[in-house]
Amino acid sequence: MTKHLLGDTATLTGRSLRHVLRSPDTIITTAVTPIVMMLLFVYVFGSAIETGHDSSYVNYLLPGILLITVASGVAYTSYRLFLDLQGGIFERFHSMPIARSATLWAHVLTSLVANLVSLVLVVLVALAMGFRSGAGVLAWLGVVGILVLFTLALTWLAVIAGLAAKSTDGAGGFAYPLLFLPFLSSAFVPTDGMPGPVRVFAEHQPVTSVVDTLRNLYAEQPVGSEGWLALAWCVGLLVLAYGLAMAAYRRRLA
Amino acid sequence: MTSEAAIRVAGITKSYGDAPVLRGVDLEVARGSIFALLGSNGAGKTTLVKILSTLLRADSGTAVVHGHDVATQAERVREAISLTGQFAAVDDILTGRENLVLVARLRHVDDPGSTADELLARFALTEAGGRRVATYSGGMRRRLDIAMSLIGDPPVVFLDEPTTGLDPQGRLEVWRAVREIAGGGTTVLLTTQYLEEAEQLADRIAILHRGRIIVDGTLAELKALLPAAEVQYVEGQPSLEDVFLALVGDDDPTHPSDSDAAEPADTHQ
Repeated sequence: MTKHLLGDTATLTGRSLRHVLRSPDTIITTAVTPIVMMLLFVYVFGSAIETGHDSSYVNYLLPGILLITVASGVAYTSYRLFLDLQGGIFERFHSMPIARSATLWAHVLTSLVANLVSLVLVVLVALAMGFRSGAGVLAWLGVVGILVLFTLALTWLAVIAGLAAKSTDGAGGFAYPLLFLPFLSSAFVPTDGMPGPVRVFAEHQPVTSVVDTLRNLYAEQPVGSEGWLALAWCVGLLVLAYGLAMAAYRRRLA
Repeated sequence: MTSEAAIRVAGITKSYGDAPVLRGVDLEVARGSIFALLGSNGAGKTTLVKILSTLLRADSGTAVVHGHDVATQAERVREAISLTGQFAAVDDILTGRENLVLVARLRHVDDPGSTADELLARFALTEAGGRRVATYSGGMRRRLDIAMSLIGDPPVVFLDEPTTGLDPQGRLEVWRAVREIAGGGTTVLLTTQYLEEAEQLADRIAILHRGRIIVDGTLAELKALLPAAEVQYVEGQPSLEDVFLALVGDDDPTHPSDSDAAEPADTHQ
């Protein structure tokens, strides 16, 4: 079964990357919403927000914006996966002697590439808006590593949604709740000022630890236990989503 | 396992929940022949093809394709078959040639590029090869679909309703393609709801009705099932359509366990 997994995955990833290249609007759309949000928060709300950090608000805000970028980007993965299932091309692939999980991995790797491109676009806009960091290569590698893990975790969630969807709207709709999680976290304002239950939720959900870790990494601050927590959240979600996605996949193919 | 039959099906049953779709199907397809599985929507044709192409598991019974059991040797079966599903399984965003190269890579043929070019020429798609499939007509999509099925020379080809939704011109194009495949010694099992299609193409015809094969034979054998009407002076022979309708009856052909109709609508047509 697995003798061709790498080759087949590469072939199928090439196919879905072509899809992305031929509709570059999906990358642009993915980046536009977070960029607009960033403009809005920095230039409209930002002056009224007291973060308690010395650096500019765009520096404070960027990690949350990056996570929103990923959350909106993975919606395209479930959408593309759903179209493949609906169009019958999955059945063609699965009646061929290929490594079956290659069909899913191709979508996952494509999601990773497309999201990284969108993230770069968002960071470029942030730089133009005054984002600055003096962090070294290691810290940035940490930032990229966390973002890759977070993207993979959300992508496998998107795979579950794509496999379970009954319509194209349903396939993309799962991402909306994910877009709101950063608002209930330390992404836009510190959690200190939130009322009791909201604060408890905010301080114990993954986005806060991921956001704090990213922020500390590029602000050259010690990451501490928050970093391990962020890593644990990302890896935990990834493993859980991967397991559920594979189970849904096998059920779908039964 | 005798060697002559390319496909041997015995006692296959399949239910979706409480609704039985296949209620004990037996059939045998000789190597190198074209076998037409004729039936109304919901008769279970697609379900049977999915079982034979390892996409579905049967509840009971056995099916052997090219000498391999579909349940226990699925991987070997997949090496011997190709499936052209009910709705043209082509990639709209890629060009025709890219579609062929994609399948050639997945089939691990030696030279995907020249395999693609050969097939484009064979199916009169050379000019269209560089265009995105989204711009193709229904007949062209189906020809490309069938061309993709031939990559790697699988000895057994399943065509599930290859002409459904095509205009007469497209249908003729596909018929030519099917004859072309069978001419090369490939075994073809095709499903259709068009009686003329079975009549035109098939060496042997089976009628699947409500999950059972109710008749199986050559066109001449099927026609012999009904006596030629003695009182008719204009038409001595019943058409296959007469045979079909007489055997199936006039009742509502769609059944609650309507697997074909439950397929997602084809968004490409």
